[in-house]
Amino acid sequence: MLFFIETVISGLLAGVMYSLVALGFVLIFKASGVFNFAQGVLALFAALTLVGFLNGTTPFTHIDNPAFAMPAWMAIPLTILVMVLIAILVEKFILRHLVNQEQIILFMSMVGLAYVLEGAGDIIWGSDVKVIDLGLPQGAWDWLLDTHGIYVEKIEMVAAGVAGALVVVLAIFFQKTRIGRALRAVADDHQAALSVGISLRTIWIIVWSVAGVVALVTGVMWGAKSGIQFSLSLIALKALPVLILGGFESIPGAIVGGLIIGVGEKLAEVYGGEVIVAMFGRWFEIDPGIFTATENWFAYVLALVFLLFRPQGLFGEKIIERV
Amino acid sequence: MKLRTWIATAAAAVVAIPLAVGSASAYELTVPSMDYRTGPYAPNGIPFANGWTDYWTMLNERDGGINGVKIKVVPCETAYNTKQGVECYEKTKKEGSGALVYQPLSTGITYQLIPKASVDQIPIHSMGYGRTSAANGKVFKWVFNFPATYWSQASALVKYIGEKEGGMDKLKGKKIYLVYHNSAYGKEPIRTLQELAKKHGFTYQGLAVDHPGQEQKATWLKIRREKPDWILMWGWGVMNQVAIKEAASIRFPMDRFIGVWWSGSENDVKPAGAAAKGYLSGAFHQPGANFPVHKDIIKHLYDAGKAPHPDFKDRVGEVLYNRGLVAAMWASEAVRKAMEIHKTKEITGAMMRDGYEALDVDEARLKELGAEGLTIPVKITCENHEGPRKVAVQQWDGKEWKIVSNFYEPDMDVIQPLIDEDSQKFAKENNITPRDCK
Repeated sequence: MLFFIETVISGLLAGVMYSLVALGFVLIFKASGVFNFAQGVLALFAALTLVGFLNGTTPFTHIDNPAFAMPAWMAIPLTILVMVLIAILVEKFILRHLVNQEQIILFMSMVGLAYVLEGAGDIIWGSDVKVIDLGLPQGAWDWLLDTHGIYVEKIEMVAAGVAGALVVVLAIFFQKTRIGRALRAVADDHQAALSVGISLRTIWIIVWSVAGVVALVTGVMWGAKSGIQFSLSLIALKALPVLILGGFESIPGAIVGGLIIGVGEKLAEVYGGEVIVAMFGRWFEIDPGIFTATENWFAYVLALVFLLFRPQGLFGEKIIERV
Repeated sequence: MKLRTWIATAAAAVVAIPLAVGSASAYELTVPSMDYRTGPYAPNGIPFANGWTDYWTMLNERDGGINGVKIKVVPCETAYNTKQGVECYEKTKKEGSGALVYQPLSTGITYQLIPKASVDQIPIHSMGYGRTSAANGKVFKWVFNFPATYWSQASALVKYIGEKEGGMDKLKGKKIYLVYHNSAYGKEPIRTLQELAKKHGFTYQGLAVDHPGQEQKATWLKIRREKPDWILMWGWGVMNQVAIKEAASIRFPMDRFIGVWWSGSENDVKPAGAAAKGYLSGAFHQPGANFPVHKDIIKHLYDAGKAPHPDFKDRVGEVLYNRGLVAAMWASEAVRKAMEIHKTKEITGAMMRDGYEALDVDEARLKELGAEGLTIPVKITCENHEGPRKVAVQQWDGKEWKIVSNFYEPDMDVIQPLIDEDSQKFAKENNITPRDCK
């Protein structure tokens, strides 16, 4: 039983990590209807930039110069500034020119952006694995493991706290601030928002900047587990089933979807083989070991099952069109 | 001059200049470099590619090439992607004077190139990776996989475990798990470990991790629950770093966690920091830059401003750099052998194959090459393309890798029947009549 609880906790915490990635997608989709395929690469680029500033790496030469190494209090705001700059560039060179275009065209532009950003990250900061040192705790939570025999990773507890704080800040931003209300107005109806004097371009820059900050948090949390490296961009794949399940426009959906996917895939990987043997073992000789490496695809199965019952996702808006 | 005359003159120049240059160009030893400097596996691809390229470039700068013939290294980016790797092969095989050898640096790419090698008559050296049964030179005439295959390595690592447990008979009842990259590469040692489990009475269990391996929590929860005595890992890229961190987190003893030699570089352990201390991996060469060959590379390339990647100077001697260097060193020796056998300096891929098959780099020759003690002596024959079949174990001490064991030879009673079975199956499927090597 203890192990089952441990698996569920690990699943929930892994789910929080997926939710962090999904949040970036949701923010941009809400405000501009664009499925930001580049969100994973944004996380990578933000993390690379932060490590570059922390290590004093000279851009393009990839040589670390300790004399230029910045403390975290300086490197983090500077990285956020870089993400704001990217938001401005994305608006200026992509979104502005694609207003009212088909969804598929917007999507393809995001695929292009992902490749451009990945290439730029490689050229500017290099392809090596980089260690990020922000003093984040590593390893198991010793007290819980020693006294209760339950294994929980400290970094995932921190990620859960950060994700919770992020959701609260975003909720306040969206509900209580003038810009937040403008963002919601744009999300509800672009044209109506324009008619009352809300600048679509400003809103896009703001929302891409916020998504950039979320990407930075995501990159740091995932990078703390594996080092900052280019495979980090593939974490976007972890967000897709979360979005399918939680809905593309819902921040609570991203969180709840992440938790369901996290728990579901961990339980499937750990207990799937045993369940199959228990069900069919009397008729067939089955090696429980064959049910491994399910973590990548089982999440999609879970999301598709949910889709059968709620095509708009758990928290997505049901679209009713009158004929 | 009228416009029409200008156009005609320019067109003639466009056609004539490349022809003139082409006809004037001399023979060069053309060596493709199947790099992956981009994508998720770039951190491992870069040091290997730099070691491979630096050695050839150093021969050009220090010796004027090999026996006076200049070497041309042709890089091509595969991104560790099988499709791109095959495209690289097709694009570079006729480059310059014709490609002499391919080091695909990917088991997936190697599998695709094996049928092409015999048609194009260009040897493949899948050094310590690729199709294991290619060790049988009677069937796989164009493929070499020395100094040891994955099956040999799996067997050697089990021998190491046996030694640490106090003898092979002590393996009975033990649990040895394999955490593997869910790909052709990762699955290579499974059959061997299953056979060894039967022979020695230990419990084997494989746990696959899907590409790229960024998330593998459930795998390590299973390990925590089932408490294996030893873990072997056939990982690559980010999978290694995450696995080492996860193992440390669940407090799995690092000195009972052994990676294949592709899971034992500086990149793999540094993100885990101090927690990786004690982690083990297979090895067939020493790490470090204290060998005369490294001093020559620094002197003739980096200090002379002729290094293809000058910012890499501080990393010369890393594990994967040395692996690329050793691969190039063996290939350059095959070039010399091919020239000697065929009494020409303008060798072809087919001649290069003969050079590989007659390769004999002993201790004395390693010393002449400035690589005494860097790696093991290699002798290849017509029937044995795997060569010495020797594997050591290296350990991360928190700062650097160090070889901590003897070199182990695999259990050929188990391995040889597997090689024979798989190679004969390949021969039958491809209508190949095994060569008579007598």
